[in-house]
Amino acid sequence: MKTDDLIRALAADSATRPMSLPRAFLAAMIPGAAIAFGLYLAVLGPRPHLLGLLAEPRFLFKVCLTLLLFSLSERLVMRLAKPGTDSHSAALMVLIVPLLLVAGIAAELLLVPVDLWGQRLIGTNALHCLKSIPSLGLAPLAAILWFLRQGAPENPGRAGAAAGLLAGAMGAALYATHCPDDSPLFVAVWYTLAIAFLSALGAVMGRRLLRW
Amino acid sequence: MRAAWSESKDGTFVSGGEQEKQWALLMRAGNAGDGESYRRLLKQVTPVLRAAARRGLASAGMADTDAEDVVQETLLAIHLKRQSWDEEAPFGPWLRAIARHKMIDALRRRGRGVSVSIDAFTEVLADGGGEPDMLVDDVGRHLDDLPPGQRTIVRAIAVDGASIGEAAARFSMTNGAVRVALHRGLAALARKFREEQP
Repeated sequence: MKTDDLIRALAADSATRPMSLPRAFLAAMIPGAAIAFGLYLAVLGPRPHLLGLLAEPRFLFKVCLTLLLFSLSERLVMRLAKPGTDSHSAALMVLIVPLLLVAGIAAELLLVPVDLWGQRLIGTNALHCLKSIPSLGLAPLAAILWFLRQGAPENPGRAGAAAGLLAGAMGAALYATHCPDDSPLFVAVWYTLAIAFLSALGAVMGRRLLRW
Repeated sequence: MRAAWSESKDGTFVSGGEQEKQWALLMRAGNAGDGESYRRLLKQVTPVLRAAARRGLASAGMADTDAEDVVQETLLAIHLKRQSWDEEAPFGPWLRAIARHKMIDALRRRGRGVSVSIDAFTEVLADGGGEPDMLVDDVGRHLDDLPPGQRTIVRAIAVDGASIGEAAARFSMTNGAVRVALHRGLAALARKFREEQP
């Protein structure tokens, strides 16, 4: 086929408009988040006296950290979907979350006596956390990967990893309102492991699904 | 790749920035439904993509007879991924990123495939300019593999130059059905390239 012929066909097809990326993001996230939230309500549910806990600094820190990770990784995913867009600054911004977590750990170590450190770190629900966050994040991960397919990620593996991070942040934000372990020590170990698992899964799936 | 962006088709010097601004205008008009602007945009970027494809293949030590296939693949990607360009963002970096992505893809695919001695094609290399006659026509070959409905529509519009309405009348279809078949056919063409990868 001649290149001019192809151009003619492409121009004739220009009336068929693909969905804009912000719309595609909503179209993916609304069902993805709804499934995660439904699963959360059906299986986990919120802790008792949830609103009263907002005065608890450890609880507040934990929830805010997951929400911050959500908004920073959302920004990163949006940038990675668009070729020729610099995503380095968005990727660096995500590092704020582990830095804040390190500060939280330092505060916890200062406030809590040494013989309680181990107990705080292990918590009561470690394995539950490791299972719940990835389970809650699976539907969002599928949704974000679908969204990224509507874009054109230059690096499929990296975009998939960012998708896993965002899905992990959603799972973690929900799980945070269920789990009674609020210590930054607990969050640093188990939340990190669970989110890292989703991110690695996202990277593997991204390499397969996000080629264009 | 930068240098190729500074020369327009008729040889007059246009600064890279001005050229890209003009392309951004055409692309925005195309997105707003102006098919003619969109066609002009694709026409204008093609020689630039062709030069870049030749350089890319040559620097990898591969025959540039494949350049036109790379150009066509890149045009398909520009088309199918055009929503990933943010209308507020500059056009050049987006175009270069798409072209680079498809170039890397093409080199990876050809890396383990047929290797052609570059000496046999020095004349072609020196020739430059317009669209060469293709020795291997990947888009044409993939077109033959499409389901008959899509193939007929893509052919009628691309090769015979029929409009959507003319194709609809010729095959007793609705305009909408022709549009769907055309879009699916083009998306399937792009997918065939990807599936070819080792």
